[in-house]
Amino acid sequence: MSLEQELENALPDRIELRDICKTFIGRKQTTIALEQIQLSIAEGEFVCLVGPSGCGKSTLLNIIAGLEKPDSGEVLISGEPINGPGRDRMVMFQEHALFPWLDVLDNVLFGLKLKPGLAAKERLEVAKYYLQLVGLEHVEKSNIHELSGGMKQRVAFARVLAPNPRVLLMDEPFAALDALTREQLYGDIQRIWQARRKTIVFVTHNVREAVCLGDRVILFSPNPGRIFQEFEVPLPRPRDINSVSLAEYSLRITATLKGFTNPETNQVAE
Amino acid sequence: MKRGLISVLFFVILIGIWEAIAISGKFSPVLFPRCEQIVEYLWQSTCDGSLINATLVTLRRLILGYAIGLAFGIPLGFLSARFRFFHDTIGLLALGFQTLPSVCWVPVALLWFGQTEQALLFVVVMGTLWSVVIATEGGVRAMPPIYVRSALTMGSKGLHTWIHVIFPASLPYLVGGMKQGWAFAWRSLMAAEIFVTILTGFGLGQLLHYGRDLNAMDQVFGVMLVIVVIGLLVDRILFSPWEAFLHRRWGTSAAS
Repeated sequence: MSLEQELENALPDRIELRDICKTFIGRKQTTIALEQIQLSIAEGEFVCLVGPSGCGKSTLLNIIAGLEKPDSGEVLISGEPINGPGRDRMVMFQEHALFPWLDVLDNVLFGLKLKPGLAAKERLEVAKYYLQLVGLEHVEKSNIHELSGGMKQRVAFARVLAPNPRVLLMDEPFAALDALTREQLYGDIQRIWQARRKTIVFVTHNVREAVCLGDRVILFSPNPGRIFQEFEVPLPRPRDINSVSLAEYSLRITATLKGFTNPETNQVAE
Repeated sequence: MKRGLISVLFFVILIGIWEAIAISGKFSPVLFPRCEQIVEYLWQSTCDGSLINATLVTLRRLILGYAIGLAFGIPLGFLSARFRFFHDTIGLLALGFQTLPSVCWVPVALLWFGQTEQALLFVVVMGTLWSVVIATEGGVRAMPPIYVRSALTMGSKGLHTWIHVIFPASLPYLVGGMKQGWAFAWRSLMAAEIFVTILTGFGLGQLLHYGRDLNAMDQVFGVMLVIVVIGLLVDRILFSPWEAFLHRRWGTSAAS
């Protein structure tokens, strides 16, 4: 495979979820994390899953990733049922999950080394390309602990982008960052998504974040975890999280959300 | 620089106090030798080769026993941490034997192997192995599970995950295990050498023992000093650079 081919945009994948059910049996109580989830995500679509804590949205993401198995139902990626984790679906976690024993460049190379058909020199070029894409080519030899929180998430982003997966799964990747860094990353992720065109499933409990990033926002309700309502976001891109139209749109979703969240345990940010 | 000076000053004062007590004559000079006598013993035994010889014999036994302990202890610790079957069998065995002071293996070793090198080796391995297993297991368990999950999603599995993720991720904890193993090996060898006399080689422990038999306190203290210095040197040469590297990479603060 030539380098040009490698850096070409891989065709994004279609994701279909059929009748996904998942129940956690605890010592004291049984939680129905997911009940009969049906969802179709188009090629290249950016979908945000929103809901209060405990509505099963992260569980669903782990199921799509293949890290957890559903009790029943199946996940189809471009028509094929999945079997465990796979390189076609990369996951970005809330914690950066970078390996502290490797430097920045080697972290980005980790996934590339597991991808067959690339020579060492090509891998290096690909890794540097993505580090440049996230604006961090100058820290490639740094240790992970020397980076700021935002830089770490950027490296993690480069790491999941590098093997050129067709699907990106993101589990609250910006939740632990400060507001200013987050806003920068909203810009970055929209820019990179438009350039690299991937199917993205993004889990968050922040409605505005979801409206800012998603083509579609899917609202989950807890106990049992179900899809409550879907919202198409018609706003033009690139979107600014501070814009009035975005805030107005978010308000509609938040109002729906308040309908089923107990105000005392309301953990949903507006 | 200033810290080095403080360390030196501390030991100079300590030696001064010792010397003062020895000179004061409150205790019999046989039991409380002056520093010069200890230095003289060290010098003489170095010149006639007996001290050097004993040190080499001891180090050979130590390195061999420690290496065997690590070679078996680290893999067993990993297995015990990752697989329930090994945790419930080897892990439990290790936990039990770890509580047994290593000197308790001396009678068994003597009866099984007689007064031979194998007897000493057996005691050292038994003293080292179990503590390495326990420390390694604890270290691997302390590793954050997110690394393995993240590696799985990037297409890593089986042996690749072990070599490229689980092993390096547990390195900082492994050093702890290896240090503990070293301490246990050192202690068990000294215990064994003091109790077991064998003709194929006199180690430092045996030299210490004869010092007692001969009422030669200068020899006893001299040998003890050598034992302490060897322990310090090993820590500095073997473990310190490694720990410093880990601190740099992981960003954990080094003890300062």
